[in-house]
Amino acid sequence: MSVDSVFVHKMWNDKELSKMVEGGVPFPMLSDGGGKVGTAYGIYDEDAGVENRGRFIIDPEGVIQAYEVLTPPVGRHVAESLRQIQAFQLVRESKGTEATPSGWKPGKLTLKPGPDLVGRVWEVWSVDMESD
Amino acid sequence: MAEKPKVGCARPTGGLVGQAEPGRPKDETQSVKEVRKMIQVGKAAPDFVAPAYCKGEFTAVKLSEHLGKWVVLCFYPGDFTFV
Repeated sequence: MSVDSVFVHKMWNDKELSKMVEGGVPFPMLSDGGGKVGTAYGIYDEDAGVENRGRFIIDPEGVIQAYEVLTPPVGRHVAESLRQIQAFQLVRESKGTEATPSGWKPGKLTLKPGPDLVGRVWEVWSVDMESD
Repeated sequence: MAEKPKVGCARPTGGLVGQAEPGRPKDETQSVKEVRKMIQVGKAAPDFVAPAYCKGEFTAVKLSEHLGKWVVLCFYPGDFTFV
């Protein structure tokens, strides 16, 4: 979503993005002329008249589980967004009985929060698991 | 899907769903207080309807029509930018 019109979205997709992604952008490119939606999400820059790089992960109930906001010159890292979605999906499927510690990715150890874990995370999780 | 807008020369715009347009206060003595609430994790995402371009079609997207699915909503400064 950006403040550009759907006509500009079409030209950007057809003339440039479709050269990067075969078949073009596979999801809707939304238009927010005037920044009303961006304002509600807190990412519209009124002075510049554009939206910052805001990314929101919304669950099947319509609840925001995560967001990240960057100023325009720095791009996102899509793999990190996917990792977060996988983590939120795991937590949801476990009905909140499991949690994903720092550095978690699919296949790695999850934690089961409860009285038995208090003071004993160090026994199952180590700092090198954060970045391996 | 939200209602498909007619394609014309006017630029279609969308807006928030379920929120009254801000207007003048009914009573002149009433002061206008601007309350800007930052989005919070764990809270409902503001619903909206927005014009969209998707796979060759001009259409419209309403966030609440995607309940039951995970949604990633991305904002960016502008088309044809460099990042």
